[in-house]
Amino acid sequence: MSEVAQVDGEVVAARSVGAYTQLTIAAAPVAAVARPGQFVALAVGGATSSTLLRRSFSIHRTDPAAGCVDIVVAAKGAGTVWLTGLGPGDRVDVVGPLGRPFPVPERPGAAVLVGGGYGSAPLFWLADTLRRGGTHVELVLGAATEDRLFGVDLGAGSADGVTVTTDDGSAGRRGWVTDPLPGLLATTGARVVYACGPMAMLRAVTDVATTAGATAQVAVEEAMACGIGVCMTCVMPVVGDDGRTSMVRSCVEGPVFRGDRVRWDAFEDGVCRVPVDAVGAPAGGGH
Amino acid sequence: MAGLDLSVRLGAARLPNPLMTASGCAANGRELHRFFDLGELGAFVTKTVMAEPRAGRGTPRMAETPSGMLNSIGLQGPGIEAFVATDLPWLASVGARVVVSIAGNTAEEFAHVARVLSGSAAFDAVVAVEVNISCPNVANRGLVFACDPVSSAEVIALVRPALPAELPVFAKLTPDVTDIVTVADAALRAGADGLTMINTLLGMVIDTDRLRPHLGGLTGGLSGPAIRPVAVRAIWQVTAAMRAGGIPTAPVIGVGGVRTGRDALELVAAGASAVQVGTATFNDPKAPLRVRDELAALVAERGFARFSEVVGIAHERMVHP
Repeated sequence: MSEVAQVDGEVVAARSVGAYTQLTIAAAPVAAVARPGQFVALAVGGATSSTLLRRSFSIHRTDPAAGCVDIVVAAKGAGTVWLTGLGPGDRVDVVGPLGRPFPVPERPGAAVLVGGGYGSAPLFWLADTLRRGGTHVELVLGAATEDRLFGVDLGAGSADGVTVTTDDGSAGRRGWVTDPLPGLLATTGARVVYACGPMAMLRAVTDVATTAGATAQVAVEEAMACGIGVCMTCVMPVVGDDGRTSMVRSCVEGPVFRGDRVRWDAFEDGVCRVPVDAVGAPAGGGH
Repeated sequence: MAGLDLSVRLGAARLPNPLMTASGCAANGRELHRFFDLGELGAFVTKTVMAEPRAGRGTPRMAETPSGMLNSIGLQGPGIEAFVATDLPWLASVGARVVVSIAGNTAEEFAHVARVLSGSAAFDAVVAVEVNISCPNVANRGLVFACDPVSSAEVIALVRPALPAELPVFAKLTPDVTDIVTVADAALRAGADGLTMINTLLGMVIDTDRLRPHLGGLTGGLSGPAIRPVAVRAIWQVTAAMRAGGIPTAPVIGVGGVRTGRDALELVAAGASAVQVGTATFNDPKAPLRVRDELAALVAERGFARFSEVVGIAHERMVHP
């Protein structure tokens, strides 16, 4: 496990971006060592808060010189509503950087980056990193509607090509992020697809990438209580190097997994079952 | 505070301070060691280990609740053989004093786990065993061992002789019983050297969008500050019974909803000789050490020279109506 810090962070800036809020937080030890794909876990509500569990956010970008990290928040529940109410000068406890970053290829080539909703947040930073290494980057941004897209304005500066899709056609092509993917893989010859977004999208991206002979690297968004590997709530079934499936923590072993290693067959209708062939799976009767 | 003696004695075990992690809230140490030196703790309490590797339950495994959470992990773990080969030697290598939490589907499985543990190479790092009897008894229709005094006693009676006599054995009790004093009495008479109180309370959350149970395991264990008054009550009742001579006298490790030194002091004054910090660690990875320092400051502020003087003191300061 890499270096990690717990920081009493100060909010430097907060601004609305479409349906989301982008927070810039001074957390120098985190900014110094974070890499694309890693995340931070924030405590919400202050020291006497009745919401104890940390909220995890992938890092949108870092500014190591200024000692800042940016995250993108969608106000959905008590914790995220509190976070989106923060302004400059407010304090928030930050733990990070956490998890395994996106693996970056050693040789330049081509890559397609796919973001669903604000799941695209870490992809621009990743795109910059890849392009510095000489990789051609195609970016696909999708969402249900135009206001749920994130970073369309950032795409042109970070990628060689940007494709936008929305379910309702309110921006870009009408359809899903997977629609333009086969074409982009064929024209660029990309051997790797990076994706971040809802589970169903990651599964679909993995299917398209695998069919095209490319590797999918997917960053998952599982519910976590701690973010640091001690609560065991964010597990999912993943096939290891030995070919056996284990329930692994998405905060420590992930959040980035090879898409073809994830047991998508275990996910259904908001639940994930333990595959019967998983290590330590219940024999009959259950646990 | 510099002069305050924080040391505690738990049976034959002597610890430099009373603060511990809580089982299932600290994994097996490596993760928290990135935030503080595990050797600073009075003891590190492991995740419950059973005989075989266990995948645990599916997800969702967790739901946030007011000042707490429900969890339904299903005792995921590597099994005792992997634990003694990998986890325990690592804990020993960083100088942790280790309390190993053990469980089984049957009373004999508990004893098997204890035997493998006591025969392992890094056993010297173990300062106590905590017997997690709050898991289902396969032989008794899945009823939790700790809900039944007879089942609780059976487990302890098999575990105790499987471990060296000088190693303290603590029985971890559930508050989900009609009379916790009866279960405490049964565990102590069966050979437990002390008690850990309390385990989680059984709870449930409904997903109101899908109108179905939220957790994959349907029910889960409620933990966090919301349950602290239940922990204080359980520790108080059992300590009161010991002081009245109704049940054998033995040390109590308090656990349940401790987030601050003030919270810990409540459990201590009710009778706890040591305190575990569990769910609060999810909020603050350094919580166990922060609570130790806050507790020490509060005890010193109140004019005591030794931490042990405060243990159970509320029983002496009761105002009788």
